[in-house]
Amino acid sequence: MTDVRTRLSSTTADDSQEIRTGSLIGDGLTVARRNLIKIRRVPDLLIFTTLQPIMFVLLFGYVFGALAGSGASVQSGYREFMMAGIFTQTIIFGATITGYMMAEDMQKGVIDRFRTLPMHPSAVLLGRTLTDVVNNVVVLVVMSVTGLIIGWRIHHGALHALWAYLLMLLFAYALSWVFAYVGLRVRSPEVVNNASFMIIFPVTFIANTFVPSQNMPVVLKQIAGWNPVSTITQSARENFGNLYALKSGQTHAAVDKQTAYTWALQHPDLYTLSWTAVLLAVFLPFATAAYKKAVAK
Amino acid sequence: MGDAVTADGLVKHYKDVKAVDGVSLRVPEGSVLGVLGPNGAGKTTTVRMLTTLIRPDAGAATVAGADVLRDPQAVRRSIGVSGQYAAVDEYLSGRENLEMVARLYHLPAKEAKARARELLRQFRLDDAANRPAKTYSGGMRRRLDLAGALVARPPVIFLDEPTTGLDPRSRGDMWDVINDLVGQGTSVLLTTQYLEEADRLADNIVVIDHGRIIAEGTADELKAQVGGERLEITVAEAERIADATRVLEVVGSGTVEADRHTRRLIVPVTGGTQSLLQAVRAFDEQAIAVQDIGIRRPTLDDAFLSLTGHKAVSDEADDFEQLAGQAS
Ligand SMILES: Nc1ncnc2c1ncn2[C@@H]1O[C@H](COP(=O)(O)OP(=O)(O)OP(=O)(O)O)[C@@H](O)[C@H]1O
Ligand SMILES: [Mg+2]
Repeated sequence: MTDVRTRLSSTTADDSQEIRTGSLIGDGLTVARRNLIKIRRVPDLLIFTTLQPIMFVLLFGYVFGALAGSGASVQSGYREFMMAGIFTQTIIFGATITGYMMAEDMQKGVIDRFRTLPMHPSAVLLGRTLTDVVNNVVVLVVMSVTGLIIGWRIHHGALHALWAYLLMLLFAYALSWVFAYVGLRVRSPEVVNNASFMIIFPVTFIANTFVPSQNMPVVLKQIAGWNPVSTITQSARENFGNLYALKSGQTHAAVDKQTAYTWALQHPDLYTLSWTAVLLAVFLPFATAAYKKAVAK
Repeated sequence: MGDAVTADGLVKHYKDVKAVDGVSLRVPEGSVLGVLGPNGAGKTTTVRMLTTLIRPDAGAATVAGADVLRDPQAVRRSIGVSGQYAAVDEYLSGRENLEMVARLYHLPAKEAKARARELLRQFRLDDAANRPAKTYSGGMRRRLDLAGALVARPPVIFLDEPTTGLDPRSRGDMWDVINDLVGQGTSVLLTTQYLEEADRLADNIVVIDHGRIIAEGTADELKAQVGGERLEITVAEAERIADATRVLEVVGSGTVEADRHTRRLIVPVTGGTQSLLQAVRAFDEQAIAVQDIGIRRPTLDDAFLSLTGHKAVSDEADDFEQLAGQAS
């Protein structure tokens, strides 16, 4: 068997060399590079990653800020409070790009090219999800700068802030695999887009992202209390030092107690990481299987 | 010499469509196999099974000695593929497409760049090398896709209708490229609807229709199946057809077919140009005016027609006929 193969390759042009199967990381990076070129070429996607986050920060900050009270300091306090929430929501929306692009790729011929190349079988998915990470980092930078301009501050030092960003990125990465699976199963980019909007919107709103969830009606309050979106936001708020920015005339201890009203909110890092691990453990193999199946119809 | 590609009893059914229904074939190393068939014959499905894109329902196949079902990765290390529909990334430029493919064949970065440049030149895409493939014409995409199949100089190449949609010049270029490849020892399996192409390029031909192989052999063997030479004559006046028929009965070696409408007569002959001269003399003696006369050797078109019972879909008129037939 190997015989024929080596003989075959030795008969081709002398400068040819044995072709080998790729490594997951190497091929994944090649695919990611391709995706990034694509993002730069497609105006919609570029807007999605740059202008939209700026718009969100400004809209939510100033419109909802008005709800917090009429004083300027109350409103700037709200803007500081809301930043962690808007970070989380945007980063979660970012994960849906994987679903959309995966579905789109499956409709395009290029996937046939990939499938006949000696690539690592999971490289397309890895490349796709890695692209989201890059994208999300850009989004976080853009939003942070916007936030800093409108008065948001990091109070607890770089290390805590980095941890907050990292936790968001980790969770979003796990979600990318969820959406990769969805994209592969649904196969229509538009449907993926609409479906993810329908799911993500409520999930990111029934949380402490934009309002203190402890004030919600009891059912919503409990859902929000166990929503990983809330725990990421809570952790980020603590790590950025924005937890007390909402001027409520209460002591820090009282705010701690009120905002962290569930076990999940009391242990936001552990809870978020557990979700991340579970999502990855389930959807990494699911998406990989779906990719294999989807292309082998 | 071994076989670069073997297929034994490949089957692929889609619900009640027997896309491929027991195809067996061989591509000896360093040769070109032409898979010839009309629309819907099962050419693409066969190629997709051999290139690990779809799994056959039954049967077995090897490419470069590796089992397509059990070791698809080994197959992928040995092949270059250009499918019927160009598998290029629209958002990437021609150069970026080829460099990406080269990287995914794991050529070192420098070599990948050099190879991309070389292929862009070879396929006359250097002018458009740096704009997104989205802006390419159909023929340019096609050429870019073909270049992609050759990036790593793999020992076995599959080309599904490589020249469909190419202008005559590009088609000629493509034929040169394929001949070069074969000269370097590459094995090629190509599908085509163009009999001329199979005749020109392929060492062996299999004709498939309705998912089955209905004939195989060299181009000459297939032509021989249809029979030998024929003498074809068009007389100037319809009244002389009867006289001409009598002449041809003597000259020819079989029954004379005559068409009053076109004033054309056809008869099988065995003597080649001798028969032609004999006929010309006889017509001259009897003062039968001849508009056109010639010896005709069977083409692959004839072979195709007699094998499949329908013409190869090589011109539009046939397409319309077929569509009309399906509609009624
Ligand atoms: N995914 C599929 N689902 C259902 N039917 C299919 C599928 N793929 C192919 N077929 C059917 O199988 C038959 C063979 O198709 P195939 O594409 O292999 O033909 P082909 O010889 O390549 O034709 P063409 O010259 O038009 O490219 C056709 O009748 C086609 O409709
Ligand atoms: Mg086809």
